[in-house]
Amino acid sequence: MHEEKASIGKSIVINGELSGSEDLTIEGRVDGKIELRDHVLTVGSNGRIKAQVSAKAIVVLGQVTGNLNATEKVDIKETGSVEGDVVAPRVAIADGSHFKGSIDMQKKDQPEKGVFSKPESKSKSETPKTDTAPVNGEFARV
Amino acid sequence: MSIVHKTGGLSGLVTRLGRQNSRSDDEPSRVAEASSVVVEPRTVAATSAETVYASKTLARFLDLLFARPNDAEVMDLGPVIGSNITFLGERVGCKIHVEDIYADIDRHIHQDRVAQLPEFLTGRLRVRPSSIDAVLGWDVFDYLPPMAATTLASELMRILRPGGVFLGFFGARASDDPRYTKFFFEDESHLRCRYYPSACTRRWVLQNRDINIMFAGLEVFETVLLKSGVREILFRKRILS
Repeated sequence: MHEEKASIGKSIVINGELSGSEDLTIEGRVDGKIELRDHVLTVGSNGRIKAQVSAKAIVVLGQVTGNLNATEKVDIKETGSVEGDVVAPRVAIADGSHFKGSIDMQKKDQPEKGVFSKPESKSKSETPKTDTAPVNGEFARV
Repeated sequence: MSIVHKTGGLSGLVTRLGRQNSRSDDEPSRVAEASSVVVEPRTVAATSAETVYASKTLARFLDLLFARPNDAEVMDLGPVIGSNITFLGERVGCKIHVEDIYADIDRHIHQDRVAQLPEFLTGRLRVRPSSIDAVLGWDVFDYLPPMAATTLASELMRILRPGGVFLGFFGARASDDPRYTKFFFEDESHLRCRYYPSACTRRWVLQNRDINIMFAGLEVFETVLLKSGVREILFRKRILS
């Protein structure tokens, strides 16, 4: 069965609250608040958003100013620009995109610390190094 | 003397894939660790200006960061790098603040407002005092005029928690190269450097005494002097007893 995808066109400007229960693509301008709890919001390359956004997944190709909250993933593409705080368990940010703000990946199933491989030598004392002793001419702790 | 020379691009990928399948590929890193040899960044190929090098201070930085609680907060003063965010967010499990000071410098140069940088940087880092566990400052201080550098250093000391760390790289000499460096985490002890155009050059190289004065509120936790003369310095904010 063909499922229609909702979209807001380039010339559309919305001021206020926007919510729904289907995936949405925004190519126009939205100022306010966007809530698509169980669906995907795509901010198209022409989209300009100034809003607090909550969705299952958020894909950004245009410009967003405001906080993004996704239950699954935030994906900022190369042309995307986000200024705001992102909260999502997975965040992908493409090289070349613009981002200013904070990212909280709120990892619930945090891996055990031992999973993070560390060279054995790092278990040494954390005592600050003294400012002496050049070593073998290659490098020195100064 | 042991020298680890890693390559970037596809060959870097091959190196990494190979490392997963072969314990022996890990050995150069350990050798470098054991014999305290720091590896010089090297250009990997004519088509790729990327370099990869072993960073002992990065390893120590991550080590200290990993010892912090899971809700640790990190600030990156460079441009956003997706793979670093993934690394810090998913593997280290911390919250990351991205504050691209390099972009601020460029914007002020383009607008002919460099003199206003110190004022701009005052309060630029909009987080609570003593709330940040670690700051990745990269080599941003090489590009800041003295007053602006002093202001940013004060800001860093303000936002760091007691015991929090700051990693900075300080060049040995000025350069006419109009490029900034993006530092990618290759793994927990290697950095990949990728270069991109800048509006300024590395003009404001700091001497050790200038650095010590500028960061008087922090203690030097570890310093590594690369053969290139670059000083990788890991600072830690003193814990008041």
